[in-house]
Amino acid sequence: MSFSLAKTPLHAWHRDRGARMADFANYEMPIQYAGIVSEHVATRTAAGVFDISHMGRLRFDGPRADQLLDHLLTRRVLDMQTGQVRYSLICNEEGGILDDVLVSCLESPSGKNYFLLVVNASNRAKILHWLQPHLADFPDVEFHDVTDSTAMIAVQGPKAIELCKPLLPASALTLGYYRAKVTEQMNKPCVVSRTGYTGEDGLELIVKAEDALRVWENIILAGRDLGVQPVGLGARDTLRLEAGMPLYGHELDETIDPYSAGLGFACNLKDRLFVGREALEAKAKDTSLPKRVGLVVDGRRAARQGSNVIDSDARVIGQVTSGSFSPTLDQPIAMAYLDPTIAIVGNTVDIDIRGTQVSATIVSLPFYKKA
Amino acid sequence: MSITPEQLRYCDSHEWAYVDASVPDVAIVGISAFAVEELTDLVFMALPKIGQNVSAGSEFGEVESVKAVSPMYSPVSGTVTEIHSALVDKLESLSVDPYNEGWIMKVKMSDPSELEKLLDWNAYKKQCENR
Repeated sequence: MSFSLAKTPLHAWHRDRGARMADFANYEMPIQYAGIVSEHVATRTAAGVFDISHMGRLRFDGPRADQLLDHLLTRRVLDMQTGQVRYSLICNEEGGILDDVLVSCLESPSGKNYFLLVVNASNRAKILHWLQPHLADFPDVEFHDVTDSTAMIAVQGPKAIELCKPLLPASALTLGYYRAKVTEQMNKPCVVSRTGYTGEDGLELIVKAEDALRVWENIILAGRDLGVQPVGLGARDTLRLEAGMPLYGHELDETIDPYSAGLGFACNLKDRLFVGREALEAKAKDTSLPKRVGLVVDGRRAARQGSNVIDSDARVIGQVTSGSFSPTLDQPIAMAYLDPTIAIVGNTVDIDIRGTQVSATIVSLPFYKKA
Repeated sequence: MSITPEQLRYCDSHEWAYVDASVPDVAIVGISAFAVEELTDLVFMALPKIGQNVSAGSEFGEVESVKAVSPMYSPVSGTVTEIHSALVDKLESLSVDPYNEGWIMKVKMSDPSELEKLLDWNAYKKQCENR
């Protein structure tokens, strides 16, 4: 028996460019090209171009698609307007997080509304399985997993919009934050949204798999004189960490609820019924739950996922979920879940970094905010 | 006189050892250009202490990049007689010249014959090319 890794439509380009490739969620993905810090800085100062085709893309058509999604998502879907994008969670009945997603309400060229759900690559199979019984309850909703037939490219950074000027119609460049539309890129269909996972302004494009290489190369070419770089998953992680954004498998999993994660804004409990609502109602009032915090760590060595956070009596009071050296702050940063009595901005704690205790200060998230 | 990679002996794990003929029981230890290139974006290095005993194949320190921490293994056994403390604040010199400016520690060897078990430049180069 052999398992081979999935490849995005841009796989050969990454390979040819000498990118370091590694398995991520069963895709062979570029981790870095020029280097994590170089790519990180390019995204913060000019723009970065990311192949995020591994993300799952699920399409729901039909007049009751909104009702199906409203039943599954913690965020209200029924009142979504055409062109709107929302960040939401999918929870189980116990209020544990199955995935964090972006849901978009789009208008197809034929004038009909449909919904697009972008899910984490690592959760796609789980969510497809989770959807099955619910899809059976809504037989009139037409469902398609369009992940393999499409590609997804993120363009992020202060020069992202300028960079896309020669490539996209003006209406795509003036989209508001968390707005999306179906448009064209050189006469080919393209979904553009003003969203991202870096803390910078930018766009995310979904194109047909067969158009991906042409679009990607056009963006890289247009950015040649702007200091634009292709960016791998390594810098994608340091960028999102600085932006204080959670990553499934680190800050989020089925044992964590949205309120602990600081994602209560993505749960609309009022006047709705959805999977997990009852459990979430109790969690919303529970003041004993651990809290997700940001930590700035003394010294140069980073606390990594799994490091214990300890108090002055050497009691373990939480765990680091993500940690890295921050290229922008030039010091190590981390996120952790801590006991709520301690999880207060300004408090200092110790982190056990491979046997050495290092002091860290709780700070408000995000670590980095664009000017 | 500067040290060139051809003069060194190597561990599989990318540390090198150099012995100057005038001080035949002391090995200078560092990490290879290949290792530095693989690690990229170094931010931290933990050095051993002077007087510390190290043994061949055991961890004597660690080097950390933005993404990951990697242990460094000693190519020889013995006692640490000198450490390159200034390196910690100029890790970028490892990218420029890992074999001279980038030396990490000096070890008074308890068994210089251990050097014979290490890879020579050609064998090490081959190992890196086959990765």
